[in-house]
Order: sequence, then C-alpha cells, then structure tokens
Amino acid sequence: MCLAIPGKIISVTGDDPLSRMGAVDFGGIQKDVNLAYVPEANVGDYVIVHVGFAISRVDESEANEVFEYLRQMGELPELKEGSP
Amino acid sequence: MNHGVEFTSACPIPIRQYPRILLAHGGGGKLMHELLEKMFFAAFGEAPANGRHDAAVLNFPAGRLAFTTDSYVVRPIVFPGGDIGSMAVHGTVNDLAMSGARPLWLSAAFILEEGLSMETLWGVVCSMRDAAARSEVRIVTGDTKVVDKGKGDGLFINTAGIGVIEHSLVIAPGSVKTGDAVLISGDVARHGMAIMSVREGLEFQSRIQSDSAPVSGLVRKLLAAGLELHCLRDLTRGGLASALNEIAETAKQRIVIEENSVPVREDVHAACELLGLDPLQVACEGRFVAFVPAKDADQALSIMRRDESGAGAGRIGAVENGDPPLVVLKSAIGASRILDMPSGEQLPRIC
Amino acid sequence: MKYLDEYRDGANAREYARQIARVTTRPWAIMEVCGGQTHAIVKFGIDELLPKSITLIHGPGCPVCVTPLEFIDKAIEIASRPGAIFCSFGDMLRVPGSKTDLLSVKAGGGDVRIVYSPLDAVKIAAQNPTREVVFFAVGFETTAPATAMAAHQAAEQGVKNFSMLVAHVLVPPAMEALLSSPECRVRGFLAAGHVCAVMGCAEYGPIAAKYRVPIVVTGFEPLDILQGVLMCVRQLEEGRAEVENQYARVVRRDGNEHARQLIRRVFEVAPRKWRGIGEIPSSGLRLRSQYEALDAEKRFGLADRDTAESAECLSGLVLQGRIKPAECPAFGKGCTPERPLGAPMVSSEGACAAYYRYRSHEMAADSTP
Repeated sequence: MCLAIPGKIISVTGDDPLSRMGAVDFGGIQKDVNLAYVPEANVGDYVIVHVGFAISRVDESEANEVFEYLRQMGELPELKEGSP
Repeated sequence: MNHGVEFTSACPIPIRQYPRILLAHGGGGKLMHELLEKMFFAAFGEAPANGRHDAAVLNFPAGRLAFTTDSYVVRPIVFPGGDIGSMAVHGTVNDLAMSGARPLWLSAAFILEEGLSMETLWGVVCSMRDAAARSEVRIVTGDTKVVDKGKGDGLFINTAGIGVIEHSLVIAPGSVKTGDAVLISGDVARHGMAIMSVREGLEFQSRIQSDSAPVSGLVRKLLAAGLELHCLRDLTRGGLASALNEIAETAKQRIVIEENSVPVREDVHAACELLGLDPLQVACEGRFVAFVPAKDADQALSIMRRDESGAGAGRIGAVENGDPPLVVLKSAIGASRILDMPSGEQLPRIC
Repeated sequence: MKYLDEYRDGANAREYARQIARVTTRPWAIMEVCGGQTHAIVKFGIDELLPKSITLIHGPGCPVCVTPLEFIDKAIEIASRPGAIFCSFGDMLRVPGSKTDLLSVKAGGGDVRIVYSPLDAVKIAAQNPTREVVFFAVGFETTAPATAMAAHQAAEQGVKNFSMLVAHVLVPPAMEALLSSPECRVRGFLAAGHVCAVMGCAEYGPIAAKYRVPIVVTGFEPLDILQGVLMCVRQLEEGRAEVENQYARVVRRDGNEHARQLIRRVFEVAPRKWRGIGEIPSSGLRLRSQYEALDAEKRFGLADRDTAESAECLSGLVLQGRIKPAECPAFGKGCTPERPLGAPMVSSEGACAAYYRYRSHEMAADSTP
C-alpha cells in the first residue's frame, strides 16, 4: 500500500539502531531517510522508502523475476486460445 | 520569513543605513525618493526621453501592439535557478512572445512588506535588471507601495509589458488546425520541482533549477524563418496539462500526446515520484508548446534545438479530429487516457 | 529510476496482456486492494490491455478514502484551535468533513502544515515548544511503522507538546468483511505489496483457504500488476486458492519484523469504522495506554460525535467494489474533485477521482450521438 519508491543508500550515520539515518539517492535527488527498519541495509543497497522510512531492502536477485516469468510463459506450449 | 535560498548579491547594496523596508519607504517622501533613485532607477537604467514623470512616453514602431500583465507571488522569493524578479521579467516577456510580439517595454510595480530585508530587495532588483538585459527589454515605469508588517508576505511584483507584432500571422488557439504537430521547447516540471525542493516540510537535496528564462529570441527566429506558426503557449502554473487543455477548449480541437515523448529529466521525474506528482501537471517557466503544420515540424524543431532556450525541443503529439475537445494521453504502455486540467493546488500524496 | 522505470516497459506490458488472454477461458473478477494499484491501473490504462472477460474491481485500499468522517471532523476541530499546529500528509487536506475541510481551515488562518514524514511533525513540535503540535496518523500497515517511530522518538526526546490523531486501518479484516458479504463478486485478489513488505504474507493464508480465493501479493508498476493478474488468473483457471508473492524483490514472506516490533510496542488492535463501509472489528490501530500522553483525542478532550454522510454519496459501494464510479448518479454532476461529496472523488488514489480524471472521455463518447 502506499507510495513508496526505490532509492540507493549513499551514506549512513548514527549508532543507535533506532535512529540510524541514511542519505538516499533517488535518480539524482537525495533525501535523508530513517534506516531503523532495515539494519541489514548498507551503502550501495537499494531500499524502498515510504514517508521518510526504508521499509524493505530491494532484493536485486529477484528484480528480474518479472521478466523471467514472462519469458517462461512464452516458452510454454500453445495453450487453448482464451475467449475474449 | 522563509525566503529560501539566501541572496549573495554580486553588486554592493546602495542603501546601507536601512537594513529593512519601513512604511516610510512607501510614503512619497525623502525615504521613498532615495529608494527609487538608489535602487530602482539605478538598476533599471536611464529614464525615457521625457524624464521621470508619471508616465513613460515612448515611440512605438510600426505594427500591431501586444499588451500583457501578470502578478508574481511565488514563495520562497528566492529559489534554485531564479527569484521572483527574474521570473516576473521572463514571464511577461514570454507572454508577449507567445502572440508573436517582439517585447519592448515593461512596467514593474512592487508591493513591499514592512520589514522586508533591503538586501533581498536589492538582490531581486539586480536580478530583474539582468533578466531585462538578457530579454532585450527595458523597464521604463513602475510603482512602489509598502504595506504593514503581516499584510504582505514579503514581496509581490506586478509586471505589464508592451510589444510590437511585426508580421501578419494570427498566432492564437483559433488558428490551430486538425493535423497540426504539437512541439515542446524543452523538458518539463523543472520550475515546480525546484520550488518543492525548498518548500518547508517537503525539502529534498537536488540540482534541479527553475527553467525560468526568456523565449522571445527563439520565437523571433521561428518567425524569421517564415514558418506558419498557428499557436504558441508558454507553460506556467498547471504545466503542460493546463496549457493544452486551454488550447483544446478554445480551439475546439482534440489534442493527442504520446506520454513517452514528453521530455522529463531523470531527477525531476524522481522528485515527482517521491512526492506523488504528475510531471505533466507541474509548473514550468521557460517552456512553450508550438502548434505548426505537420510539414513544418522538422524545420521548426531544427531551429528550436539550435537555440539555447530550445535545446531539448521535441515533437510530442498532434491535433486530431474528435469531439468533445479533449487532451488525450497515450500512456507508456500504449493505452489512452485523458490528461485533465489539474484541479486546484497539486498536493503531494502518501499513497 | 532504477527498479521503477524498467517495470513500465510497453513491449513487455503488451506481451503480458497477450499471455493473460492466452490462459483466460472464463470471465473472472479480480480485486486490486490498494489505492496505489488502482491509480496505476487507471493512469497507465492497464485494464484496457486486458481481455474483456477479466474485470478489475477496485478495492478499499485508499486510507484517505476510508478514514472515518469523525476523524476528519476531529482533525478540523484541532486545526481550528488557536495556537495549534496541525500536521498532515498532503492528500488529507481536501477530504470533505461534515461541514468543511482542512484546506479551508488553512485558508481561514489555521496553522495546517503539510509534512512528508511523521518525524517532520516531531521536529516541528521540538522547534515550537509553546505550541501544541498534532500529527494526523492515517494510513495502512505500511505507514504505521513510521508513526510508531514518531511516537517512540517523541517519548524518548521528551517532546511534551506533540500528540497524534491515530486513524490507522488494517487490510486483512477489510478483505474478510468484503468476502463475507453475500454480494461479493470478487474471485481473486491482488494484495497490497507495501502493506505486505511490513506485515508479510502469513495473514492471507487463512483467508485464501477459508474463502477459496487466490491472493497474489502484487507491486505497483504496470508489469507488477500485469504479472499479478496473470498469476491470479492461472490459479483461478487451475482451481487453486493459494497465496503467491509477485513482488518478491520487495516482499519477504515474513515481512519486516523490526517494523512490526515497534508497531506492537506503540499500538494495539482496535475496532474501527471505515468511511462508507461501517465498523469492521479489529481493523484499526490505537495507541497503547503507556502512550496515552500522545493521544490527541484525549489531550484535546474531543468527544465522540454522530456524523452523517451526504445521502447522495455512494462511496461505500464504490469502495466495496459493488459499483463503478460512473454508475453513481452524482458522478461528475453533484460530485466533482472541486466539489466532492465523499473522499474517493478527492483522493488521488480514490477510484472516483481516477475515473473522473482519466476516463471521462469514454463517458462523454457514450453520450454523443
């Protein structure tokens, strides 16, 4: 739910895990983001940011899944034509 | 008062003993006289031939007269890539250019809030001087008023402009024809996002600068090439969506735009995604759309791209037959939807 | 933008549409839960690419739309108090209350400020110690971790002049409420990807099993939604009713435990009225008693109140997916984004607003001879 966009962590500050902050780059603009909820994320990682908080780290190995799934569908034998 | 980016004026401020505007600066007496002499007249150049009088008397060249006015209330007063002053000059110059006029003279009326920093005012005035020089116009008359603190939000400017139309084309929505190509002079949404980047509560770090700039020189080149310009419209508040909707409605035509062909810089695109705004509805300042016969599109683009204010020009769509008049957008994935007039202020969203 | 633009590719979108048409043999009605997904569908015209036998029903996942009318009125009351600074996300400002909206309060001199993050509101409170600063905490589970952190930080830093009007809502109870209605036509769901990034996928297993509906956790870009639809249709065609994760690059099965920990520390589950739908048990969050000091309703002594929606407004039926916006008699006539009767016409996620903005030419075409 809700507007959350992917950005790349450029730098990290703060020792206290709950107030760990990062400068995150979104396609050339930067915002300071709270990283408390992604302690595993580091400089260079992509995170999904919602209202100033990183809520998840982007799993780059899954990023191609959308294209891979489509490719596999294309390789399946011809199915019965769907009714429009 | 948050005036955004602070001014560092290149020219030393001429009024030193009053760091802030007082009510007396609008009172018609000595202080006001000093303000006019040392600031406004000093920056805007020598007086017209009849000296400083209630009206500027000017020799108008042969041709039709174009006349426009606009008021500027932008906040913050100073923003990345410009300020309220340069924006006012460029804005009025561009309005004249959009009817194919050569801009000649501007008036500049100021409403100052008591307490406005003299440094800020001087910065704005210098900026207007530079913008006028760049636009090849002169600021020949004006007015100054001061309102009580709390009643004026710093600084408001009104500019009116006079230009001369030296050709016989009728450049207006009524001249738009089915089949016309729709061209844009550069990438969109820079001005609005530059302002957002310094707006309290929504700030972000970026290199986005307002695109506020004069386009009159470029329009003159298009006219000089003898192109049949049907309509020109500069994009301001409401961005591309607003301008196209106004033209579609007045011209009673349907305009179809390819979303992928509208140029948007990556960082502007990212800023719009961050705040949940549509770049096609965000304000620009130094951009215009041009409606030309399809056969002239390539030549027009070639002229635009060779000019600094048209470097990013491109073809974004066409005028089609259709009722009711609308602006239709073909999305990135090929489906169509309406590009509506933005309703009210664009509010950033969470969802 | 990386991890965003590549999922808007036209050629891949059309290929997904072709694959969906290939596997579809019967009509299916699928609900996308999240307002962000509705927005993408209408903005990119994704439903236009789908075979006619697939119907996308727009769900109630627009927190702006479902925030109870009472909360809007309470927000307006707080914002109108002299000395108060009322902080809110931008999209709440035009939502109609019983008599007015926050934007009008702002125009009338109320100190209403748009913030991007709840932490900005805490900062404003710290910078204005003599003023009462209130944050309007709306949103689904995606936003609750941010509000929880704001509460935690305000308590830790001893910011005494900060409080929150908490109106958070939870998705799974709403889905159950929809599914248990006899009028429900939904056969499969695209679950809200960012809600699941926080909460994980586990809550949806029991729902899928109980109601025999496939639930595909889906992202927000066109290719995500198309893949989600394809995965859902394949399940429907094969008679399966499982939870699948389309949005694996962002959603882990167990979600974000750190975020959930702080949500549990600050909030507890409570009943909540959904605007246009009615009360759904255990579908909201409220502050736990140890955070009582941060509860704006208590701090401002706001009484509960009776509210009445406009009789003409059918937003409840739209939010439940029982009618399409254009089927409402007031659509585009008595109800427009400038003069909305209800929230879905004014929220950029709302189905009514999306239809009004992007689709009115179809309606206009229908009315021309």
